[in-house]
Amino acid sequence: MTTLAPTRPTESAGVRVLRTVLRSRELAIVIVLVAIVLFATARRSSFVFSADGWRDTLLAPSILLVLAVGQMVVVVTRNVDLSIGSTLGISAYVVGKIFVANPDTSVFVVFAAGIAVGAVVGAINGLLVTVFNVPSLVITLGMMYVLRGALTHEVGSERINAQDFPAHFEKLGTQQVLTIPVLTIIALVVVAVVGYYLHTARGGRELYAIGSDPDAAVLYGLPAARRVFGAFVLCGALAGLAGVFSTARYATAFSGTGKDIELQAVAAVVIGGVAIFGGSGTVWGAAIGAFLLVTINRALPILGISEFWQGAVVGLLIIGSIVLDRVLSIRRQHRLLEARDHA
Amino acid sequence: MRINTKRFAAGAALALVASVGLAACGSDDGGSGDGDGTTVTFLPKNLGNPYFETSDAGGEKAVKEFGGVYDEVGPDTAGPDAQVSYIDTAAAQGVNVLVVSANDPDALCDSLNAAREAGTKVVTFDSDTNPECRDLFINQATAEGIAKVQVDMIAEQIGDSGEIAILSAAANATNQNAWIELMEAELEASHPDIELVATVYGDDDDQTSFDKTAALLADHPNLKGIISPTTVGISAAARYLSTSDAKGKVALTGLGTPNQMRDYVKDGTVTEFALWNPEDLGFLSAYAGKALADGDITGEEGDTFSAGDLGEFTVGADGTVLLGDPFRYNADNIDDFNF
Repeated sequence: MTTLAPTRPTESAGVRVLRTVLRSRELAIVIVLVAIVLFATARRSSFVFSADGWRDTLLAPSILLVLAVGQMVVVVTRNVDLSIGSTLGISAYVVGKIFVANPDTSVFVVFAAGIAVGAVVGAINGLLVTVFNVPSLVITLGMMYVLRGALTHEVGSERINAQDFPAHFEKLGTQQVLTIPVLTIIALVVVAVVGYYLHTARGGRELYAIGSDPDAAVLYGLPAARRVFGAFVLCGALAGLAGVFSTARYATAFSGTGKDIELQAVAAVVIGGVAIFGGSGTVWGAAIGAFLLVTINRALPILGISEFWQGAVVGLLIIGSIVLDRVLSIRRQHRLLEARDHA
Repeated sequence: MRINTKRFAAGAALALVASVGLAACGSDDGGSGDGDGTTVTFLPKNLGNPYFETSDAGGEKAVKEFGGVYDEVGPDTAGPDAQVSYIDTAAAQGVNVLVVSANDPDALCDSLNAAREAGTKVVTFDSDTNPECRDLFINQATAEGIAKVQVDMIAEQIGDSGEIAILSAAANATNQNAWIELMEAELEASHPDIELVATVYGDDDDQTSFDKTAALLADHPNLKGIISPTTVGISAAARYLSTSDAKGKVALTGLGTPNQMRDYVKDGTVTEFALWNPEDLGFLSAYAGKALADGDITGEEGDTFSAGDLGEFTVGADGTVLLGDPFRYNADNIDDFNF
């Protein structure tokens, strides 16, 4: 949205980029994130400056990162997907079952299977939302319960344990390349590709247009249904990917895997400055929001804040970011009005 | 053939009333004959928990042994009132015995008592409710015994001195809290050089337990050991430790199942952990329920009943039956078990 701010033609490109960064909504959460990491590190240097601390700082957010990216793409079209936690659970269970059946299965096959399972769920969500033109909140809420129920029915009290996963897959959960965990690298590639697409590609920009005003988008002739369907498929596929991540990291899968994580993904998106009614926000923002949310949960015990207050802190953060968004939007409106009056 | 409709209707009505009455009698003492058809429903804290999978399998074995009808129902995650609807349904179905592991000591009381008034015998196992809400509690081990075995194991593993922490289940979990209190007392009484520096709650969720373990290690650089008195917690903590620099330096013990812990015992992350045999626990619970339903016992202190291969058991104070002592699992014996 910062591109709407009037810029003087005499400015060099460098100054313009700097101005964009300084005015961006994402900067606020980056500052909070850096502050939390600094505080926690000042108290316990091992929070970042130890092999485990460094790895966890980067690794722990990876699951929520991919979920938040998927959720962001759906939210920007003025929709929401609450079924991603259940999708993650199903994907994780499928991954476990594949390894139980054949421990030598290639990691690539497992990733493909997890993503495919998620994409199918996303496609069902997308079809229901676009064909029947019903609110996605209701459809995906229903889907969340249906899938969780089906999973619990299928899995029962069975549980996939560490002994069921082959060593090479378990190792993937903590494997690092140049100290950067592999799962984090995959998550960052997802952030970069989806972020670039939404920022530059025609299809990506159309998602914003649909979210800003769905009716106008249709009148204008945008393929709204197709785009929204695509957003749900992507979101589901990323939830499936998160399911593979979950099994690699926790080396377990059961009927409760991924429960309640959908709300964390929505929280990450909101904290990251994506408007819940669509049309504005960035993938980078959602990614930083996810990073912040996970890091806060890791840092609060170290800062001596009781774990029972941790939920409250996250809640305040959500409310704070909404208020910040509102204040910024009012200020921007004033500035634009002034600019128009002076013209 | 001409039928006197009035007389027929009256006769039919009489027969109907009589059959309802007889049926009611039948269901009252249906279990007291050969025990055939005693309906036993297991309601664990949540499905998807390998511990309850095993205990309920033990229950099923017992129910088959005495020729009853077994069923298992439950919520997919543990929550204080998640079990209420399942209790109400079981009561409406008129099951003879309901075997429950309670998520909360108070929240289930109204439903359980309503079920008992309707004629269902309520046996709690693993986690008790208030004594007035059930007929019998099958105690897996005394709280003292469980607390002591865990403190003994951690003391042996860290050389009886240093900082330790506890990774528990939910903050309001009945038995975990009782054990933690007793472990604290035991530490203070017998292990003055061991300092308990933190108690954190993983909510029996892998991700939360995992993150709490990481936080414990970061927050307490001198930590020498972790006790996790919950099967989900100990396996998550073991997974984290096995991939961390603290592997082999920070001891981990507590209550776990052999299948969950096998890899971590073999790779040296965990030396020894404990548990009773959950299968025996479910088995005993089913037999206790059967004895209640048959009217052989009423749950009074001193009542004795037989539980198949497990032998004779005596009801103790507060309607409690004790299974026995906790069992220690380590590299030498873990492969003898599969649950």
